[in-house]
Parts: sequence; structure tokens; C-alpha cells
Amino acid sequence: MTPFSYARVTDNAEAIRLARVTPGARYLGGGTNLIDLMRETIEQPAALVDVTALSRTIEARADGSMLIGAAARNTAVAADRAVRERFPVLSRAILAGASAQIRNMATTAGNLMQRTRCYYFYDDAARCNKRDPGAGCDAIDGFNRIHAILGASPACIATHPSDMCVALAALDARVHAEGPNGARTLRLVDFHRLPGGRPDLETELAPGELITAIEIPPLPFAGNSMYRKVRDRASYAFALVSVAAALDVGPDGTIRDVRIALGGVAHKPWRAFAAEAALRGLPATEASFRAAAEAELKDAAGLRHNAFKIELAKRVITATLAGISGDARA
Amino acid sequence: MEWTINGQAVSASLDPRVSLLDLLRDHLGLTGTKKGCNQGACGACTVLVDGERINSCLALAVQYDGRAITTVEGLGSTDALHPLQQAFIEHDGFQCGYCTPGQLCSAIGMAGEIERGVPSAVTADLAAAAIVLNDDELRERMSGNLCRCGAYNGIVEAVRATLAPGKAA
Ligand SMILES: Cc1cc2nc3c(=O)[nH]c(=O)nc-3n(C[C@H](O)[C@H](O)[C@H](O)COP(=O)(O)OP(=O)(O)OC[C@H]3O[C@@H](n4cnc5c(N)ncnc54)[C@H](O)[C@@H]3O)c2cc1C
Ligand code: SF4
Ligand code: FES
Ligand code: FES
Repeated sequence: MTPFSYARVTDNAEAIRLARVTPGARYLGGGTNLIDLMRETIEQPAALVDVTALSRTIEARADGSMLIGAAARNTAVAADRAVRERFPVLSRAILAGASAQIRNMATTAGNLMQRTRCYYFYDDAARCNKRDPGAGCDAIDGFNRIHAILGASPACIATHPSDMCVALAALDARVHAEGPNGARTLRLVDFHRLPGGRPDLETELAPGELITAIEIPPLPFAGNSMYRKVRDRASYAFALVSVAAALDVGPDGTIRDVRIALGGVAHKPWRAFAAEAALRGLPATEASFRAAAEAELKDAAGLRHNAFKIELAKRVITATLAGISGDARA
Repeated sequence: MEWTINGQAVSASLDPRVSLLDLLRDHLGLTGTKKGCNQGACGACTVLVDGERINSCLALAVQYDGRAITTVEGLGSTDALHPLQQAFIEHDGFQCGYCTPGQLCSAIGMAGEIERGVPSAVTADLAAAAIVLNDDELRERMSGNLCRCGAYNGIVEAVRATLAPGKAA
């Protein structure tokens, strides 16, 4: 690790001020991603502003929405009774990620900001446009089994590794951010970027801007929601493909509303807007689910080692929706 | 900086780069806690901070200033083993022993999580008031601790015998 200074703050304004006046400063959450990347010297901040003492409140509001402080630990969010009741898909997604130890350390904001697990990004002997813009991308012709099938660019085919964010995308969460120019709110689905020509720019957050909270708007039918993760081992592995879904089926068996997001397939948590649009008004049957999955994956592009993800994603979307619709016929 | 480590006040002035794991092993000589991967992937470095399990390799010592840390050295002594340590011996919960300190601290942290009703990825009913600690739960909850010797069956038995006595497999 390169040397850095360390300071701990207890309020948002102080965090933002310190980050602004300290050259090379970065916010530090649980450190489970940043410390790892600093040890590999992929990240070399000159100063760390520890923001784990900022808000950890998990507030269940009367209108059905929730507000989760940026420093709330992943375990605390997953275990929260109101989250479990209102947004079970969020509990499930968090619990499907990492290990109990890491979830005890990791913060909500840190989870949003975690960086890709692309092996070539981690290997400083490899070429990587994300680490070193313009250098090239060794993943495109390399071992790209874990890489993107949607929204990738000739510059970068990395995926966003978070499980939690997939559920937040399905729930249409809002990111509350505050910076030297004031506070603003972004939709989570617009928060992470596709790689395009600038894979080094991963989110819409401006330098020095602080995430202060995540807000989840009310979604009464999210009580019927599920997270399904497919990975190379039964636990403690990143997703190859994952699906977060919530479904509202009327008494006549027609889909009134639906939310779907995919993980492991793109540079950002991928909200399946096309599949959602295709499903509204259709009967909640396996055939409808499969057709919607086809629609979502229409533009998917496989590479040498990851083309299997296209069919896998279709199947996991279909099976997840069938599971929560009660129509689990094979 | 000052920590309470296994009940004793310890102070040191350190470069902020020093991890909690290196503080324990290199600065304090508490070598029970092991360094496996040094990147969060194996659990050998698991310690308890105010009763909660974390990976000390990804923790900066300075971040845990003022906190109470328990390592394997704080669980029991050679003459008076912690019941879980005794159970690891009785149930063949290890071969080389490298992962064992992490497994022990992890299992104790896990017991606290179960007591607090923290669900896991295999908890069938998120709304249930209490966790039923069956072997699926146990294995999922301990999945952050790898054992290269593959002593998993013995580990599960030892943990079950100590934390969920009388529970069927
Ligand atoms: C072995 C291993 C396995 C894992 N498996 C999974 C998995 O299966 N699924 C999964 O989803 N995740 C997994 N993870 C990743 C883990 O979820 C993330 O590392 C964690 O969520 C990051 O949170 P943190 O608080 O530790 O962030 P940190 O490492 O502290 O920070 C990460 C980034 O967030 C920024 N940041 C922190 N707080 C703020 C803030 N308030 N405002 C703005 N920026 C901020 C930091 O500057 C940094 O860039 C795994 C990690 C490890 C080590
Ligand atoms: S896929 Fe992206 S992160 Fe991976 S090597 Fe290519 S540019 Fe780097
Ligand atoms: S040494 Fe910390 S998890 Fe492997
Ligand atoms: S006993 Fe050898 S690694 Fe677990």
C-alpha cells in the first residue's frame, strides 16, 4: 500500500469538507473493497476519510417507503424487520452476497461503489482500460466467463458485482448524495454507468460527492419478491447471473405489475425494462415469462467464454417469476 | 490508538496502513489469528469486534480504535478450553489447524447472530421470529471460513454439538 493519512468524521458536512480540502482523499466504508484494492496498489488514495460513523439509521416510514443510512451495515439492512417484510428481495440479495464476516463490515454506500471483479482489472500486468484508460482490454480476447452480455463496449466488458444493487434496481431505489454543490437525489438505475468509451467512470457521483442514504419508495406488491443467484459454488461466490423480481398478479391471473433486474450481466445492475413492459397485462404463465426473457435478452452478445449466460439469464428470469407467481410448472 | 484485546487494554501508535490482522500478529505477538489469503476470501483471520465477526485482514487497525477485540487467544486457555475448542477436538474439526482459530471465532460470532435473529441465504421464512439452526443453516452461515483440509463435516458436528445441542442433523 502507498502511504495515506486517515481521519474519522461524524457528520456529513465534515466528511465533504475534509474530502474537498485533502488532496487525493477518498471515503472509506467497511474497507472490504477499497483496502483490498489499495493493497494491490490499484487504488492509491493519499487520504482516507472514514465515514462509517455517519448515519446507520434504517427508517421504515408510514407511507411504506424506507430510508437507509449510508453507513448501515449490510447485515443490519438484511436483518431489519421492516426490510424483510416490505422488501424481502433486498434481504435475500444481501444475504446471497459475500460472507457473514464481510456483510458485518460492509456499508450500504460501499456496496454501491464497489468495483468490478474482472481478473484483468486486478492484475496490474494486464491491459485494462478501466485502470489505465486507453491501454486496451485483455478480457475481450481473454478468459471472459464472468463478463458482460448486455451493454458492454469495445473498451470494457466488465460487470458490476453487487447483489444488493440488483434488488435496489428492481425496487427503483433513490441514491441521496451530497457534495460541495449541495444535495441531490439520483435513481439507482441511472447511478451506475455503462462503460462506453470511459470505463474508468463507473457512477454519476461527482468527485468528493458523498452518498448519505438510500431511499426505497413504497411498492406494496414487493412483499411478493425474490432474489435468485446462480454461481459456481453454493455460497460465497459472485453471481454468474442473478435475478431480482417482484410480481403483482390480479385475481384473474393477469400480471398487473412486475419488477425485474439482472445481476452479473452488465457494467451496472440491469433493470429489465423490456421484459417488464412485455409482461404487463399478460397471463402469469411460464410462456409469458419466457417470452419476456427473450425480449430482454434480444440484444445480448456473448463472447468466447460467457455466451452461456444468455440462455442462463433467460432461464433464471423465467424460473424466478414462475416461483413467485405460484406457477412453478416446468 | 487504543484497543481492548482479549480483555486487556493495549495501545500503540501505528502507521494507518497496518491491518488489524498485522497489529495482532506482528505487533502484539498474538499469532493465533491466521493470515490465509489477506483479501477477505478465506476467513482464517476472523476475529470478534464487540462480539461481531469480521475479517481482520480487510480491517485497518486504526478503524477499530477504541473497540473490544476477541481473538482465539481470548476464548480459552490450554488448561481451560472453550467448550467449542473441546468439541473441535472431539469431533475431528481440524487436521492441520490453520483455519481453526478463524472457524472458532466465526462460530461464536454466528451464535450471536442467531440469537439476534439475523437470517441467512437459506432461511426459508424471513418473517419467522427465530432461526431454526439445522445443518443447512450452519453450513451456509460458516461458508465464509474455508478449510483446505476439508474438515467440514467435523466442523459442522462440533459447532452443532456446542451451539445446537440435541438438534438432529
Ligand atoms: C471475498 C469477497 C467476496 C465478496 N462477495 C460478494 C458477493 O458475492 N456479492 C456482493 O454483492 N458483494 C460481494 N463482495 C463485495 C462486498 O459486498 C463489498 O466489498 C462491500 O459491499 C463494500 O462495502 P464497504 O463498506 O466495505 O466499502 P469500502 O471498501 O469501504 O468502499 C468501497 C468504495 O465505496 C466508496 N464509499 C464508501 N462509502 C461512501 C460514501 N458514503 N459515499 C461515497 N462513496 C463511498 C469508497 O470510497 C470506495 O470507493 C465480496 C467481497 C469480498 C472481499
Ligand atoms: S473488461 Fe473492463 S475491467 Fe476488465 S480488463 Fe477490460 S477494461 Fe479492464
Ligand atoms: S486472511 Fe482474511 S479472509 Fe483470508
Ligand atoms: S484444518 Fe487444515 S485448513 Fe482447516
